[in-house]
Amino acid sequence: MSSWTIIQQSLPMFGKGFELTLWLSFVGIIGSIIVGIIVSLLQYFNVPGLHQLASIYVEVSRNTPLLIQLFFLYYAFPVIGIKFNAELCGIIGLIFLGGSYMAEGFTGGFNGVSKGQLESGKAIGLSRWQLARYIVFPQGFSLSVPAMAANIIFLIKETSIFTVIAIPELTNTALDLIGMYYRSNEYLFVLVVGYAIILIPLSIILTLLEKRVRYGSFGN
Amino acid sequence: MVEQILQVEHLEKYYQKKHVLHDINFHVDKGEVVTLLGPSGSGKSTLIRCLNGLEEYQQGTITFEGKQINPTEKNWQQIRQKIGMVFQSYDLFPNLTVMDNILLGPTKVQKQDKFAAKKEGLDLLTRVGLEDYANAYPRQLSGGQKQRVAIVRALALHPDFMLFDEVTASLDPEMVRGILNIIQDLADVDHMTMIVVTHEMNFAQQIADRVIFLEDGHILEQTPSKQFFSAPQTKRAQEFLDSMDF
Ligand SMILES: Nc1ncnc2c1ncn2[C@@H]1O[C@H](COP(=O)(O)OP(=O)(O)O)[C@@H](O)[C@H]1O
Ligand SMILES: [Mg+2]
Repeated sequence: MSSWTIIQQSLPMFGKGFELTLWLSFVGIIGSIIVGIIVSLLQYFNVPGLHQLASIYVEVSRNTPLLIQLFFLYYAFPVIGIKFNAELCGIIGLIFLGGSYMAEGFTGGFNGVSKGQLESGKAIGLSRWQLARYIVFPQGFSLSVPAMAANIIFLIKETSIFTVIAIPELTNTALDLIGMYYRSNEYLFVLVVGYAIILIPLSIILTLLEKRVRYGSFGN
Repeated sequence: MVEQILQVEHLEKYYQKKHVLHDINFHVDKGEVVTLLGPSGSGKSTLIRCLNGLEEYQQGTITFEGKQINPTEKNWQQIRQKIGMVFQSYDLFPNLTVMDNILLGPTKVQKQDKFAAKKEGLDLLTRVGLEDYANAYPRQLSGGQKQRVAIVRALALHPDFMLFDEVTASLDPEMVRGILNIIQDLADVDHMTMIVVTHEMNFAQQIADRVIFLEDGHILEQTPSKQFFSAPQTKRAQEFLDSMDF
């Protein structure tokens, strides 16, 4: 069979994997942003007790590979009687990983708000909360957009690790097909194209978004 | 009878180990314009930042409108509404329009009626010649225009006292006059009490009732303006004036 035929025949399966990668990424990214916001706020406001918990979470999450986190969720949790299906494990794992990356991005943004901005906010009598609400958060989120964009791309790429718990996303689809038909060149080619279709337009959009937000918030 | 609005007594300020203000004592009368002069690094900024709680001080007391300030952040939040401050770097909020920059304090901090505050904001903008810029963003303004907005932003809170820290120092020369005129007008028309830190000696001479001369964190003299500029009491002040070339 020609390479072209092999590729064509694999497309329906890759299509399913593609959709799954997109879906898992989407849910994982949204979840990571939500967790990231919560964690960064707990840390910003130094919420007693919770901010230490948040710091521990960030440390654990940043210092363990997603692979290990997934094994843990998929193989260790059932031992204590908690069992998720593979996709849910994948999403939880991705959010566990991404939440800390996003949190650090937001925290970096908050810390990047200049001293002069804080002082002129204080000088008009803003309380700590008002300072956060009107100055630090709007500017800090804008400053954190580049980090968020990088994290989004990173998390999409990380979904390829889901293959280890047999979630039939893009990478898993390719590895399966190679295992069955031994046509690695063709299947790897489709795999690369599949990720490129997601990542290239996305990174262009994110770059434009970065520029827009930057201009909107800071005028340069 | 002259009413004192501010008294500073035995103020000492350290940055970690570094002793930057030594036994600072002075007062300001209601309606008085004091210029704070001294070489770069003498502690002028640090001193006026202490007066609205942007810097902590380690000893001494500040009394404002008859009440000794208990220097907690909560108290400073209240007092800052009465003591306006304008900085060299203007620091408008880039994410807000000119009008929203102005309204933030009056509406969020003081809970003034939004409609009335807006009207007053426009009046103030008109006064500084920027009535057409209410909906502009700071990025669309020149340095001089930004500094005018920063002054309006402070005035919108109806302060009793204003602090100006070298507000013309980062402006192009052709912008300086306009800002100085606004400050002069505040003194002449509103009889605003203020402390002005400036390197514009002609302006200082023209606006000040009294000069406080600071060097190495010590007040070397406090002299009525006329006398300071014609015959200062200390040799150091004379040398400072000679070096200023005006
Ligand atoms: N945040 C700071 N930390 C440490 N030292 C400072 C800080 N700000 C100012 N200083 C020091 O305090 C002294 C007074 O500074 P400053 O008040 O800025 O003087 P001026 O406004 O008269 O130029 C200087 O020696 C300066 O280096
Ligand atoms: Mg200074």
